[in-house]
Amino acid sequence: MPSSNIQLDDMGRLRHFLGIEGLSQAILTEILDTAESFTSVADRTIKKVPILRGITVANLFFEASTRTRSTFELAEQRLSADILSLNLSTSATVKGESLLDTLQNLEAMQIDMFVIRHQDSGSAHFFAQHVRPGVAVLNAGDGQHEHPTQAMLDMYTIRHYKQDFDALRVAIVGDILHSRVARSQIHALNLLNTGEIRVIAPRTLMPVEAESLGVKVYEDLELGLRDVDVVIMLRLQKERMQGALLPSEKEYFRKFGLSQERLRLAKPDAIVMHPGPANRGVEIESGVMDGKQSVILQQVSFGISVRMAVMSMIASQSGLQSGGES
Amino acid sequence: MSLHIRNGLVVDPGGATLREADLYLQDGKIVAIGSAPAGFEATQEIDAGGRWIMPGLIDCQARLRDPGQPEKANIESETLAAIRNGITTLCVPPDTQPPIDNSATVELIHHRNEMFGHQAHVYPIGALTRGLAGEQLSNMASLRDNGCIAFSNARHRLASNLVQRRAMDYAAGQQSLVIIQPLDHDLLGNGCAHEGAIATRLGLPAIPVAAETAALAKDIELVEQTGARTHFGQLSCARSVDMLRRAKAKGLPVSADCAIHQLFLTDHDIGEFDSNMFTIPPLRSQRDRDALRAGVADGTIDCLCSDHQPHEVDAKLKPFPSAEPGISGLDTLLPLALRLVDEDLLPLAELIARLTLNPATILSLPGGKMAPGEIADLVIVDPESHWICKSENFVSKGKNTAFEGWDFRGSVTHTIINGEIVYRV
Repeated sequence: MPSSNIQLDDMGRLRHFLGIEGLSQAILTEILDTAESFTSVADRTIKKVPILRGITVANLFFEASTRTRSTFELAEQRLSADILSLNLSTSATVKGESLLDTLQNLEAMQIDMFVIRHQDSGSAHFFAQHVRPGVAVLNAGDGQHEHPTQAMLDMYTIRHYKQDFDALRVAIVGDILHSRVARSQIHALNLLNTGEIRVIAPRTLMPVEAESLGVKVYEDLELGLRDVDVVIMLRLQKERMQGALLPSEKEYFRKFGLSQERLRLAKPDAIVMHPGPANRGVEIESGVMDGKQSVILQQVSFGISVRMAVMSMIASQSGLQSGGES
Repeated sequence: MSLHIRNGLVVDPGGATLREADLYLQDGKIVAIGSAPAGFEATQEIDAGGRWIMPGLIDCQARLRDPGQPEKANIESETLAAIRNGITTLCVPPDTQPPIDNSATVELIHHRNEMFGHQAHVYPIGALTRGLAGEQLSNMASLRDNGCIAFSNARHRLASNLVQRRAMDYAAGQQSLVIIQPLDHDLLGNGCAHEGAIATRLGLPAIPVAAETAALAKDIELVEQTGARTHFGQLSCARSVDMLRRAKAKGLPVSADCAIHQLFLTDHDIGEFDSNMFTIPPLRSQRDRDALRAGVADGTIDCLCSDHQPHEVDAKLKPFPSAEPGISGLDTLLPLALRLVDEDLLPLAELIARLTLNPATILSLPGGKMAPGEIADLVIVDPESHWICKSENFVSKGKNTAFEGWDFRGSVTHTIINGEIVYRV
């Protein structure tokens, strides 16, 4: 699939970061290793390295976000980039302006790197196809398609606690249908040769032919959780009650909520993850969220190193790294 | 005005074989095939040696975007695209702006075609309901008197089954044809790709097969209830072909077409979010495509159309779900059709019938026949010419093709309308 390699240059290095699909195990491992080297930066008193000095990064969020956006901004600051953050979901000017015009106007401000979240699946590819050569696009979530930095920080978390992917059983639970996080996680887990990947959801929240993604499909949480090493819970959006996808939060929690009791079906040392923001009492019980198996807060801090890793790899590919032509 | 076409291979739609014969045209009609009628004197001659002569194509679904969307196309640009590509008749769905729900719009279309058109016949299809809003019936009888050849609500929602039933009753009462693009808007939702592995992988909101078939099942029931002669436009699913086959076997007054691109493309062609592959109904699975082909071959699907939807560049220059659906199809209708012959789906004369004789019969239009006394709308095709599809060479104002770079065989050398040569290469 040559067209999916728009994110790689001729030498197979990262030019853009649009999705996990189409990448190689080697690149994912390089991201994880690079991220590991950045975790030490966070422990210093002065948490900065000059890798993106002189580079301007624009964060374009067409959809609201707290955690992804702030960890991207922190990552950029720690790499010494100049930062422009735009919350375009509330910007009235965007309404009349085409997406391409918005992009080109910003390009005229000599932006080197765009971090983009947009509600349309495929929007990150669209941007990458239309930026000037040398300008990089990072996908911070496109519709229901991919959210690759989230998936990489999840892989980082799993590797941190579990090391060897081959031996692992990983369960992803919840709204798979609408989840860009789940799609990226599934691709990443497959590329890293995870022993078994399970997706668990009521049928209304499961995409058709989900097996084609390389997963085992479960419609019963208790069967699906049996003997897993990693449980990834997905957020249940409140809107899902409206479109007749689910009867009620209460019933959802009863059948698909992660309780202490259900967690006992997994391996005793299983870790619990959640990309956030979590709905306590809807998809996850408070006791589990705050319990000793939960690594949810660690995920957030790993998110900074992983985003630093991806940005620095792209910068070194494009010769942007401090002292580069921009 | 009289025209003598020598040495061509005459394609008789639905007939058995090609035969080499001379054609004699006079006063807008075919006057003889074979030998000259007594006293015939040609004012013009064409030597069509080695080329095919067939009736001009009748495209039963083509949007010219006129009136209302000049940034996309207009009657002048699209009738030129038609005649350069062997299409002599265009049937225009009612979703112009304003819609074809009043006699003034019908007259405007006729007037513009007379003033600016390139002599192709343009037939408006009237709106089934006022403003296509799905609530009140349009003035169907008046629209018919003014030249609407059939009635359709395009892809706009009807408020209820009751409105649909009454609209079909009313149309049937005046012996008008109803055209329906079966579509359940609730099941369509905000979908933009066929519900299957591709939509799942790309995270594109999906359109289930039932968005078409649930509507079609109801539509067929209402045909049985009302007896309204009904044509189903642009079918996309294997199950639709089965349903139609059963309805025909029952003797219901139904017919159908499919957009020619559905016989060549599937959801795999979306690739990495290629917005030129965004169509409604969506490109479906290989199994659906094969069933549509089988339906075309056995006659369950009577006609092929371009489902022409020209767009300005900006309409497609958006992320896939935000782009506008549709393919610019006039420039590729004939070459794609000829490919079906090369791929042995069906013989040339049978294939051409689905683009000429069949739509003419269903829509009660002149043309589509090779016989003395018939209207002299003809096209001459050089079957040996090979070319590569490039949108920059499209005659249509819409360059939004899904067939960029395809190899095609066969090109139009002459188009004749009402006995006059309106295009020669």
